[in-house]
Amino acid sequence: MAVGQSFDDKVIRVIARLDIKGPNLVKGVLLEGLRVLGKPEDFARFYYENGADELFYQDVVASLYERNSLQEIVSATARKSFIPLTVGGGIRSINDIREALRAGADKVCINTAAIKHPDFIHEAASKFGSSTIVVAIEAIRQPDGLYHAFIDNGREMTGVEVVGWAKRVAALGAGEIVITSVDREGTGLGYDLGLTKMVAKAVDIPVIAHGGPGKKEHVGEVISLGEADAVAVASLIHYDFIANRQSNMQSRTEGNISYLQSGRTQFGRITPCSIKDIKNHLHDSHISCRP
Amino acid sequence: MKHRVVIIDYHLGNLFSVKQACEHLGCDVTISSSKDDLLEADYAILPGVGAFSDAMKNLHAFGLVDGIREYVATGKPLMGVCLGLQLMLSHSTEFGQTEGLDLIPGRVEKFDFSSRNDNVFKVPQIQWNTIAESRPWKDTPLQCCKSGDFMYFVHSYYVIPSDDADVLSQSSYGGLKYCSSILHRNIFATQFHPEKSGLYGVNIYAEWLKINSKS
Repeated sequence: MAVGQSFDDKVIRVIARLDIKGPNLVKGVLLEGLRVLGKPEDFARFYYENGADELFYQDVVASLYERNSLQEIVSATARKSFIPLTVGGGIRSINDIREALRAGADKVCINTAAIKHPDFIHEAASKFGSSTIVVAIEAIRQPDGLYHAFIDNGREMTGVEVVGWAKRVAALGAGEIVITSVDREGTGLGYDLGLTKMVAKAVDIPVIAHGGPGKKEHVGEVISLGEADAVAVASLIHYDFIANRQSNMQSRTEGNISYLQSGRTQFGRITPCSIKDIKNHLHDSHISCRP
Repeated sequence: MKHRVVIIDYHLGNLFSVKQACEHLGCDVTISSSKDDLLEADYAILPGVGAFSDAMKNLHAFGLVDGIREYVATGKPLMGVCLGLQLMLSHSTEFGQTEGLDLIPGRVEKFDFSSRNDNVFKVPQIQWNTIAESRPWKDTPLQCCKSGDFMYFVHSYYVIPSDDADVLSQSSYGGLKYCSSILHRNIFATQFHPEKSGLYGVNIYAEWLKINSKS
């Protein structure tokens, strides 16, 4: 940030991102190899009570399968938490948006449908207000240094260049963009600062950085150097919850939980920390955020 | 006694979270587009997300412009949230000029930080921001808050009431100090979303109900 300018009234949001598959919270590396971490409602509740500025549910298989369980998770969460809740995954029509909002979402996140039919962004923003419509851009760096947008959680390439797409998304009326570095997602190597900055500079709507933080310092970095308006965190806080705060939630979790039961506290390159740890770090770095 | 709250539905924006907050406080909540329901309410809330001009168009179509004016004339409490606040002003500069409900003299303008040339302050403002007392909050719905408390804001436009006495709190974005809530006779309205601002925010609804049930 420029020296000598006051940014006191710019307040960075720390958003708890929860990837959902069926009834479970999952986490993957490079959007592959999903691990079951537990019941999303338990994690969401904890984050809500411990300083999360927003909650963000992403159904990572919704484009492929049906997603009734997500509706139930959203309703259960919305009833108990009084902070904004964004829901993404498989939102393809005005009716899908209406259903998500009716279940208790405050905003919806669109990716695949936006790229396939860009006018859908405009239609959705006109119908529900720009601030309800978040567009996700999943970026993968190409050999020529440009970033291309992918869909279906990084599975399918589109050939769409990311910065141009971000500008178009903003012009079509989206209220926010969440920019995911698929290359960094789940690696712990840190956010892609260059990618985040390019997108944040290119548009005049808020940009949420997502994918890659392995320690709290990475979160500070993507704000001060990457110029992110908000940050989404997942592995960092999920592993902290599992290692330090989890109670008896395994009993209610379906699927493969051997990873959870291994009792580990080290998670590759990732040094877990809580939302409070992150916010204390931001505060020490003179970045404004809600305590 | 259960408070009978009507949330005014003019088919714009999401009413779920406001309903959720009121039900959390034990209210008997009805979501309605009907003027008759509105006039029977003990408390009415005008929420809303979206465009000012669409909102006015829908309110007219449902006969709610007159309905809301009649309701306010009874002296019963009306609360506005976000676009619901903006609609109460005389007019908005969105798309030229659009007439509002004109319950509070003043206008609605869009944030414009283009002269900064640094693209730091994005529009809409989407963030938790602080509110500050611009007149004493004692015996107002904000009496549970203190200056510096964080509330959740999502908006591109802000209100400029003609009379400073209507301004209950101020907030600041991009160095611009603006009105973030108003109290004008039986009308209370916030630019921020109390129902999305944690239990601190939900408490504002509780105070609003409590203060008005006394009178």
